[in-house]
Amino acid sequence: MLTQEKQAPALPETDTMISGSQALLHALSVEGVDTIFGYPGGAIMPIYDALFDFPGNMKHVLVRHEQGGIHAGQGYARASGKVGVVFATSGPGATNLITGLADALIDSTPLVCITGQVFAHLLGTDAFQEADVIGITTPVTKWNYQVTDATEIPEVLAKAFHIARTGRPGPVLIDITKNAQLQKFAFQGYKRCDHIRSYRPKPIVRKEYIERAAELINSAQKPFVLWGQGVMLGAAEQEFREFLEKSGIPAAWTIMGAGALPSDHPLNVGMLGMHGNYGPNVMTNECDVLIAIGMRFDDRVTGRLDKYAKQAKIIHLDIDPAEIDKNVKTTVPVWGDCKETLPLLTQLVEKKQHAEWLAKFREFEQQEIDAVIREELFPTSGEMTMGEVIQQLNELTKGEAIIVSDVGQHQMVACRYAKLNHTRSNITSGGLGTMGFALPAAIGAKFGAEDRTVVAVIGDGGVQMTIQELGTIMQSGVDVKILILNNQFLGMVRQWQELFHERRYSFVDIQSPDYVQVAKGYGISGRSVNQRADLNDALKEMLEHPGSFLLEVMVTKENNVFPMVPQGCSVSEIRLK
Amino acid sequence: MSEQAPIEKQEYNITVYTENHVGLLNRIAMIFTRRKINIDSLNVSPSEIEGIHRFNIVINETEEVVSKIARQIEKQVEVLKVYYNTNEDVIWQEMALYKVPTDIIAEKAKVERLLRENGARAVVIRKDYTVFETTGHREETDNLIKVLQPFGLIEFVRSARIAIIKGSDGFNRKLREFERAEPGQDAIENEFLNSRDKVFTM
Ligand SMILES: Cc1ncc(C[n+]2csc(CCOP(=O)(O)OP(=O)(O)O)c2C)c(N)n1
Ligand SMILES: [Mg+2]
Repeated sequence: MLTQEKQAPALPETDTMISGSQALLHALSVEGVDTIFGYPGGAIMPIYDALFDFPGNMKHVLVRHEQGGIHAGQGYARASGKVGVVFATSGPGATNLITGLADALIDSTPLVCITGQVFAHLLGTDAFQEADVIGITTPVTKWNYQVTDATEIPEVLAKAFHIARTGRPGPVLIDITKNAQLQKFAFQGYKRCDHIRSYRPKPIVRKEYIERAAELINSAQKPFVLWGQGVMLGAAEQEFREFLEKSGIPAAWTIMGAGALPSDHPLNVGMLGMHGNYGPNVMTNECDVLIAIGMRFDDRVTGRLDKYAKQAKIIHLDIDPAEIDKNVKTTVPVWGDCKETLPLLTQLVEKKQHAEWLAKFREFEQQEIDAVIREELFPTSGEMTMGEVIQQLNELTKGEAIIVSDVGQHQMVACRYAKLNHTRSNITSGGLGTMGFALPAAIGAKFGAEDRTVVAVIGDGGVQMTIQELGTIMQSGVDVKILILNNQFLGMVRQWQELFHERRYSFVDIQSPDYVQVAKGYGISGRSVNQRADLNDALKEMLEHPGSFLLEVMVTKENNVFPMVPQGCSVSEIRLK
Repeated sequence: MSEQAPIEKQEYNITVYTENHVGLLNRIAMIFTRRKINIDSLNVSPSEIEGIHRFNIVINETEEVVSKIARQIEKQVEVLKVYYNTNEDVIWQEMALYKVPTDIIAEKAKVERLLRENGARAVVIRKDYTVFETTGHREETDNLIKVLQPFGLIEFVRSARIAIIKGSDGFNRKLREFERAEPGQDAIENEFLNSRDKVFTM
């Protein structure tokens, strides 16, 4: 791809008459938007009309479904750290965004979604394609606003971007009535927003809490760090690493936090949660001081709360005060942006190595390797496993790729085993668990990180939820590697039915089309393999292929993801088999 | 969870200072409905500051739940500040109206005494009906229902609760603090860490 000079068009002079639609596009270009994911329709046509010959390099990616559009926006935001921008029309266009909004809210992804709306004078009349978008989206947005007058657009857009990207990021939706898009008004310039009096995204850090946290850490014999996506959202990867390397504390991650510290860092002891690693789960109930950084103690991470880390003093660093004490009562709350709080804490902690304590994690790791991992990653007979596919992928990518995973067994396997050298390299639907996320999110991720290889790891169930986005790949020419791990089942549900419902496999036996043929129909090359001997070559072909490539790997049907903390159990009751 | 707040449910008065924004009522109400918490009383009114609204919300919950709800409300972009207080910490009032048939009440009741004893007054007296009004705590307004029931009470309505926080010195100073782009070191927003287990003010 040609590296073009990204040049924003000059803003119209003050008092120039422009339309609401033009004001919107100027706002986007001042905010540095380079890519929009969208789908047109009646109520947003004036905006699309203005976009048609809007000067500058703003790209518009025509998706195949608005859900695909918003997941692409999420993938873009997660890969780039910038705000994802999505356009949709009124009524069905807007309602198709709901899943993505809920996903972005729970996973703190910054988005600005623009929806068209019927003319203001038709609001509430059940007009054609009218839906109460503000009402419907209120519980799934950080903020939303309906614009009915074009003069509001510059200020509202400035607020939207400020709110989406600051504090705990999240999705914002701006619903613009068609008359406001058409209306001409005297442009008064665009001022970026950096302050809203009722909104304080970042608190002032209180030194005494940092001091108390440092005291606890310095006196700890068995300290343990849990980190989440907050480290990446705060762009504090370096500060986090310095804190760990000075304090010598072993650290484990939630799936949303994966990649903030490289997989092979000596203090990285693995994944937390229901299908996380053995050591981190068991040690949660062994440590004396638990330091949670930018994570929110989701139930998939904590298991049974009343048996969660009861022996430990808890330090919680978070930017969202509503998270502090929400699920786990903290001993020392460190409310603030971890980009600021971590360096302060690093100054005060003693330089240490917790060699013996760390060695315990490695002992558990060895047990897990013997009981689960070796068999999963290096099987020599039988059908292929999901783990060995990821393992071979690691060897080829060397951990340099962005891995976008869907939801199910393959997601857990991808998160557990994918080697990640860089931050913002593990993109998955964590909080909402949205099947169908990966294919569109991978498209967005590639637009957000054009020089990285993007591999979407998807199940045979999930891929069929948003498979229409192959059309987006075809038309935009984006280079996404699609790796389908086909176990011919809605595997994760089947696993639960096997373990908790006496193997009553109720409606989990899902059929697939011929994916290679489907891809071919979209002009995308593909291959399907079911023999171990072909796996490496097929993965190589996928990665080396110029442009998108779909690879289906037939894996064993009834494999289970282990270890597992069964629902309702404590993290220390994690099962290896 | 030993060092936690009392586990019994009781009435809490939640006071919310907000911007005037369409849709905010819905956003705040959803915080309760999502958790299946019933709002016993909700009043929206102007506050001591022009352009700033004040919500008074009453729920019957444990302190733990109330404090989490308060943080969720305060998290909303247009919300400036949330306080929650028990009934002991506020001065509160509710107003009630009672419609009774004039002929019966005039004939059978000692109206003057009835009004005096219940701190009520007549707002409208017509040939066919009379409307009384009283203001007070729930027991007081409830009590007058009982008194009037034998006289053929036709209609009854009670307003939402309004409450003034005994210990508050108003919102003016705080608002000025919020309006500064760079709040001072003793910034208001960290108060909740000071009195973490008592009152939520963030
Ligand atoms: C939109 C949506 N519907 C349903 C589910 C419930 N669910 C979770 S995992 C799963 C099975 C996924 O099957 P597949 O995509 O084949 O992945 P596998 O588990 O087999 O790797 C289902 C149905 C979900 N997470 N999202
Ligand atoms: Mg499957």
